[in-house]
Amino acid sequence: MNRELRRISVVIMAMFLSLFVASSSIQFLNQESLSNDSRNVRSVYDSYKTQRGAILVKGKPIARSLKVDDPYYYQRTYSSSMYSALTGFFSFYQGATGLESEMNSYLTGKNSQQFFEQINAVLSGTPVSGASVELTINPAAQKAAWDALGNLEGAVVAIEPSTGKILALVSKPGFDANLLAVHDGNESNTNYKTLLSTKGNPLVNKAISGDLYAPGSVFKLVVSSAALESGEWTPESTLPNPLKFQLPGTSTYVQNSGEGKCGGKSTVSIADALRFSCNVPFAQLGIKLGQDRIRTQAELFGFGKSVKIPLSATPSSYPENMDEAQTALSAFGQFDDRVTPLQIAMISSAIANKGVLMQPNLIESVLSSSLAVVDQPQPKIFSQPISASTASKVKDMMVAAVARGVSSNGQIKGVEVAGKTGTAQNGQGEPYTLWFTGFAPANNPKVAVAVVVAKGGGMGQGGRGNTLAAPIARKVMEAVLNK
Amino acid sequence: MSNLTSSINIAKIVRVVPRLRNIEALLLIFVLALNAFELAQIQLSTIEKVTTDLFLYWTPLAAFAGGIHMILRKYAREADSMILPIAVALNGLGLSEIYRLDLAQIASGGTELFAMKQVVWTCLALAAAAAVIIYVPTHLFLRRYVYIAMITGIALLLLPMLPFIGKTINGARLWIGLFGFTFQPGELAKIALTVFFAGYLVTRRESLAIVGRKVLGVQLPRARELGPILVIWAASLLVLVVQRDLGTSLLYFGLFIVMIYVATGRAIYVAVGLTMFITGALVASRIMDYVRGRFDSWLNPFDPAHYDAVGGSYQLVQGIFGMAHGGIFGTGLGGGVPQLVPLAESDFIIASLGEELGMAGLFAIFALYLLLVYRGVRIAFNHSDDFSKLLAVGLSFVIALQTFIVVGGVTRVVPLTGLTTPLLAAGGSSLIANWVILGLLLRISDSAGSKNRELLAETPTSVVNA
Repeated sequence: MNRELRRISVVIMAMFLSLFVASSSIQFLNQESLSNDSRNVRSVYDSYKTQRGAILVKGKPIARSLKVDDPYYYQRTYSSSMYSALTGFFSFYQGATGLESEMNSYLTGKNSQQFFEQINAVLSGTPVSGASVELTINPAAQKAAWDALGNLEGAVVAIEPSTGKILALVSKPGFDANLLAVHDGNESNTNYKTLLSTKGNPLVNKAISGDLYAPGSVFKLVVSSAALESGEWTPESTLPNPLKFQLPGTSTYVQNSGEGKCGGKSTVSIADALRFSCNVPFAQLGIKLGQDRIRTQAELFGFGKSVKIPLSATPSSYPENMDEAQTALSAFGQFDDRVTPLQIAMISSAIANKGVLMQPNLIESVLSSSLAVVDQPQPKIFSQPISASTASKVKDMMVAAVARGVSSNGQIKGVEVAGKTGTAQNGQGEPYTLWFTGFAPANNPKVAVAVVVAKGGGMGQGGRGNTLAAPIARKVMEAVLNK
Repeated sequence: MSNLTSSINIAKIVRVVPRLRNIEALLLIFVLALNAFELAQIQLSTIEKVTTDLFLYWTPLAAFAGGIHMILRKYAREADSMILPIAVALNGLGLSEIYRLDLAQIASGGTELFAMKQVVWTCLALAAAAAVIIYVPTHLFLRRYVYIAMITGIALLLLPMLPFIGKTINGARLWIGLFGFTFQPGELAKIALTVFFAGYLVTRRESLAIVGRKVLGVQLPRARELGPILVIWAASLLVLVVQRDLGTSLLYFGLFIVMIYVATGRAIYVAVGLTMFITGALVASRIMDYVRGRFDSWLNPFDPAHYDAVGGSYQLVQGIFGMAHGGIFGTGLGGGVPQLVPLAESDFIIASLGEELGMAGLFAIFALYLLLVYRGVRIAFNHSDDFSKLLAVGLSFVIALQTFIVVGGVTRVVPLTGLTTPLLAAGGSSLIANWVILGLLLRISDSAGSKNRELLAETPTSVVNA
């Protein structure tokens, strides 16, 4: 029988050999593809053990991970809803949005720039700690924007024109990211559903994304810039000034806001048209400039580009293939013009910075857990949409608009403010979209701002950019200027 | 001259006997220390401190293993020295991992805990093994009860099919439930059936080995000798159909085929048996939904259709993900998330250990099983009587085959079935059955040793007489 026993031994050996092979196949040969399968949640669980880096504003955490006694190790905690448009949320159940998502590799310590820390962590057997992200936000400006918007739906973006640093970025309604970061799955899911169905879509960052807005009269800054850049017009160039302007090929008439006379003379200068925000002259200017020159100018300001701040902004758009009537409408920010508040702030920022548009940026620095600088973005030029002389002329027109025009509520005592309001129509019976954009001080700009108040600020078609949006912008600029 | 040689032999034996037990004692100290280390590591990496709870899980196994060692010193001094330490190492490791899964349960607010039950079952199982060693004076005594063993085996096998006490858990009807306890009688049936097969085959091996007609160059067994195979085959298929468990069915049938092969030396039985079983299983996979489901999950586990299906490949795939997550060296005990896999403490304990100990750990575990099985086969080699050989190889092979079917199921070598990993998995029936098997193997190995000694001892006597 020993011959048979020997053979059985071989069979047993073969059986176990197959187990050795199968184990090697799973744990060595195919280890990587199996670990990366999206259904394998273990890498997510691994990430729990890393203390996620904080997001800081002037050294104070607006999002941080605190040690807790549960299987997730750390609880993500947010200081205030005021920053929800920036941080987004980090949830085990809903994923991540905002900077929590964009800066994830830094926050988790997995970024390739933290390579040496990762090596060190492996050698010392401790988990890699995430890096902290310090923002460019000015907390006073952020709070001013948040408070000034109050219960209105809308957004504020404030930029330092010389560097592109974003000083404030608010979207209303905001949300409490703590509601989604809870470790109880049912609670998190319920809160998420509630937020999804909340009026005003708090989870949508209206400063950079969402459905975008019609710019209305703030788009006249783009058309004015295009006109002056062409060399064919100066601020003093005049345009016919009828009470009504019939759109070519249609029976529709364009009127000035409030059926105003725009100075009441038979012609009006571009400067005055901007000061009084008249639609009739800009409709004609749009047709004369032509859609291509306007579009080229708009694209130099950033239209059509996905700007990364590093949050990804939805590209603003200027329509294509329009007839003359549509071009006329588009020239004062109607028809299918669609913009983000960030884009409008970028226009003001470029005009403020002598025609040089700086890349808008939220990140001051990224610091490792040992406080070493991992990354520190330097100011860089995004584009030069207009010449310094055009910038200076448009600035003067904007100063006049605030000082002696229809954008008067942007005035700050003792500071020269450049600004432009907008009140965009959204179709028959729909509430207006209200705008203000500008910068201050006009001759040494420290802040460029864009404010949008959506849905007429609750006043249907009764609100105006100057009455609702301009005061908000003023408060933000005052906060930056310590006024 | 020969007198001198024999006296040296006797002296050698006198020294060998305590040495075996001393080796066993040293190995036991080592594996028990390892077990304490495992438990401490688990506590440190989960609750971040070592608590006295450690002793609740360590002491009983240590005490009972030490007890068996002392019993072996008294009742079976020449028993194999490796079996006890290897089995304690595996049992302890399983206990540690189950405790680790309990801690995960507690952390997430769960209340279904297994480790303390496993401690109690371990004590009962080791007590059963001790009883076997003490009360089975010689394994040959089992030969007297071959047909009782058969009836017991079949009865145990059929118990779960009875109404009222039979229980279906996770689709397989392998359990009986009495007074709130569940038990898998099939685990004990495998011992009874091994005893029966050994006794039956020893008496019939001559006639079974007689060559029948030659067909197409293959010498077939005689038709009437196929009777018993047909009976076992039918019983296995009955298990497959009624109890809905491919693994148990394969286990009994594989065991029988191997034993008949060892008994007769005729490979044709293996060929015929395997053909019959594979045919039966294939037919079953066509006509029985659950068998087909198991096959589909085995062949295409990552296919979303099977992954998302109720009773589909989710568990298998999660187990594989866990092992892949462990990689070569594992996450360390307590460092992984094995609790993500359903039945991580029983059917999928090997996936849990694979995640936390890695490929290196699984290799070590497989090596322990292999060593354990080979110690058993070695006992069969050393014995000269056929019944002992058959019994030893049968008991060893049943451990090997069960390990292969379960671990192979988890690692996708074979379709997944509902057997438990010997010694590691949570579950009382399996622990008791396997420790009884080990008790029997220890008992048989002791008589192999005694017999050798008698042979050696007889030699000088005859020389002197001459």
